[in-house]
Amino acid sequence: MKDDASAPHSAARIRFREPQIEMAHGAGGKASRKLVEGLFAPLLFGASAEPLGDAAQLCLNGARMAITTDSFVVKPLSFPGGSIGELAVNGTVNDLAVAGARAEALAVTYVLEAGLATTILEAEVRAMANAARRAGVRIAAGDTKVVEHGKADCMYITTTGVGSPIAGVNIDARSVRPGDRVLLSGPIGDHGITILLARGELDLEAELRSDTRSVLPLVEVLAGAAGPGIRWMRDPTRGGVATSLNELTRDCGLGLLLYEDKIPVRDAVRGACELLGLDPLHIANEGQFLAVVAPSHADRAITALRQAPGGEDARIIGEIREQPAGAVLATTPYGGSRIVDMLVGDPLPRIC
Amino acid sequence: MKFVDEFREPQLISRTADEIRRLAGSGRHYRFMEICGGHTHAIYRFGLKDLLPVNIELIHGPGCPVCVLPMGRIDDGLSLAQRPDVIFAAFGDMMRVPGTAGSPLEHKARGMDVRIVYSPSDALKLAKANPGRHVMFFAIGFETTAPSTALTLMRARAEGVQNFSVFCNHVTIIPAIRAILDSPDLRLDAFIGPGHVSTVIGCRPYEWIARDARKPIVISGFEPLDLLQSMVMLLRQLQAGEARVENQYKRVVPWEGNRAALRAMVEVFQLRPYFEWRGMGFISQSALRIRDTYALWDSEQRFQVPGVRVTDPQAAQCGEVLKGVLKPHQCRLFGRECTPEHPIGALMVSSEGSCAAFHNYEHRKAATANRLSPIA
Repeated sequence: MKDDASAPHSAARIRFREPQIEMAHGAGGKASRKLVEGLFAPLLFGASAEPLGDAAQLCLNGARMAITTDSFVVKPLSFPGGSIGELAVNGTVNDLAVAGARAEALAVTYVLEAGLATTILEAEVRAMANAARRAGVRIAAGDTKVVEHGKADCMYITTTGVGSPIAGVNIDARSVRPGDRVLLSGPIGDHGITILLARGELDLEAELRSDTRSVLPLVEVLAGAAGPGIRWMRDPTRGGVATSLNELTRDCGLGLLLYEDKIPVRDAVRGACELLGLDPLHIANEGQFLAVVAPSHADRAITALRQAPGGEDARIIGEIREQPAGAVLATTPYGGSRIVDMLVGDPLPRIC
Repeated sequence: MKFVDEFREPQLISRTADEIRRLAGSGRHYRFMEICGGHTHAIYRFGLKDLLPVNIELIHGPGCPVCVLPMGRIDDGLSLAQRPDVIFAAFGDMMRVPGTAGSPLEHKARGMDVRIVYSPSDALKLAKANPGRHVMFFAIGFETTAPSTALTLMRARAEGVQNFSVFCNHVTIIPAIRAILDSPDLRLDAFIGPGHVSTVIGCRPYEWIARDARKPIVISGFEPLDLLQSMVMLLRQLQAGEARVENQYKRVVPWEGNRAALRAMVEVFQLRPYFEWRGMGFISQSALRIRDTYALWDSEQRFQVPGVRVTDPQAAQCGEVLKGVLKPHQCRLFGRECTPEHPIGALMVSSEGSCAAFHNYEHRKAATANRLSPIA
């Protein structure tokens, strides 16, 4: 037997059995979840049965707050509609917002590759400052590391945010009930497809911009209109809407019926997805959120969102059902249906 | 979106589905094989099975190039790419296909220079942009993608690009259909013929299926309405006691095929005497190799290829699923040892493989049958 110091850890069940880390473990889909649930959670969070959300709730000296952290690695650094600096602020603000918290302060870490042009760094720091001002959050602390040339791809940014609770909002997947409605704040896939096209590897062009933005204003509108009716929220970033909704069904043990024809997708995104054999439901978003709302609050919620700037395309895209437990089922407008699974690995274009 | 939405029009779809039900009646059981993996994917993605009567059964055929590629070929290709000067280029379809020591994507994570390309000519561009490296394009696909590989090789030779070669895994669809029809444990009524392959080869190469095997075949497009209309055409033939080749996908498929594409293939490729198909074994004259006149651009002639043969695990029943004898979920390994994240058998590998399509779209669905109408 090992000594006492290792006792809590030896009790942890490590289910992650992969011999090495693959790219898919960072892609936000099934493989990511297996890594987090199979290795990080048992060793770092112990026996906690809390579902893994976008941010953790803390209680310090009687004060409730939320905390979250996120790293940003994106290529290219800037793209139509945004850049890594803006993403790094909005991403963390959004993770807090969908956990029912208003971002108050961010800490920022830059990992810079030697040889990075100062003009590029300055542009990204400015982008962060502007995004922070727009989102109403203070950047309160920071750190910089520089690694050898070739050891990082220009720059990586990590932001950690703390937020204060938005009054009257309680997010818990386990409070979701059959009959609840699923809301989506706007069109999906803009960010992921913009990045794919901005890499310039495809001979495809489209009038598309990343949707990166703070969703906090819309979340606050939703909270004002339907606060006590909000059961769950999530920003569908990597892995897309499909992955977020599958995580929800797993956490609440219920099924979700998705009305496929109600999901807003821009023509440019649909076209690119058709060409490349991708599913818009698996494509990343950086400025949308999903919410599950009690049926009694759903109409008020959607009306309020659609009247708010940036919420014009909000829709009810589905509902919670008893079955299929733990899975998402999409219905087609002509009566067919299919299971919508989490993303496995990165979305890869199909050609042949 | 034009060209797509008009073939997904709900009213037309439900009218066509009604017509299928009317024609199929209830007395007889119909078994249709869709040959092409693209059709398999579309059938699941659009939930078309829900629209069909229970007496129409769809059997998923061998037309998924990724699925039928034996693991040994992937090992061979990746072993060539171990050389530090080599860039391994392939379609996204190939990236997650496991070799013995992992997929191209896993090799990339460990440091191999693996690139996703969207066409063979992109791989040639890559070679021109990297004169100090050798770009190996790992070519897969039926007659759909073979012409673009051929044209790329013609261009490489014309331009004298020396640092480029193709590891050719192109296969041809007709011998695979023949192998399916020769299989004693198979009972099929008709075929939904491949769309994109037929764009190149046209409709004539299927005539023997109607004439000798007495099976109707309808070349079909990939949208919901295309597939349903093709089934209507098959049912009409069967009920009239006919067996003909029909072309539902006329907006894309010319009866005589694409002569320029066929000429390019003949210029660059010749038939291999035999080739191994995953799940089906060796099929004679079923694959293409690069002609000796293009030897300099043939990875297999230019480099030492180990010629690895890897047999699939005994427990995997890919062959039976491929021939429609078993449904995907009836395989011993389905959903347990063999999943899309950890495919063991060929058909779990690509999203066009029948097992992966079933796993992604159909699995777990049964519980909700007939309870789908949205709450008002």
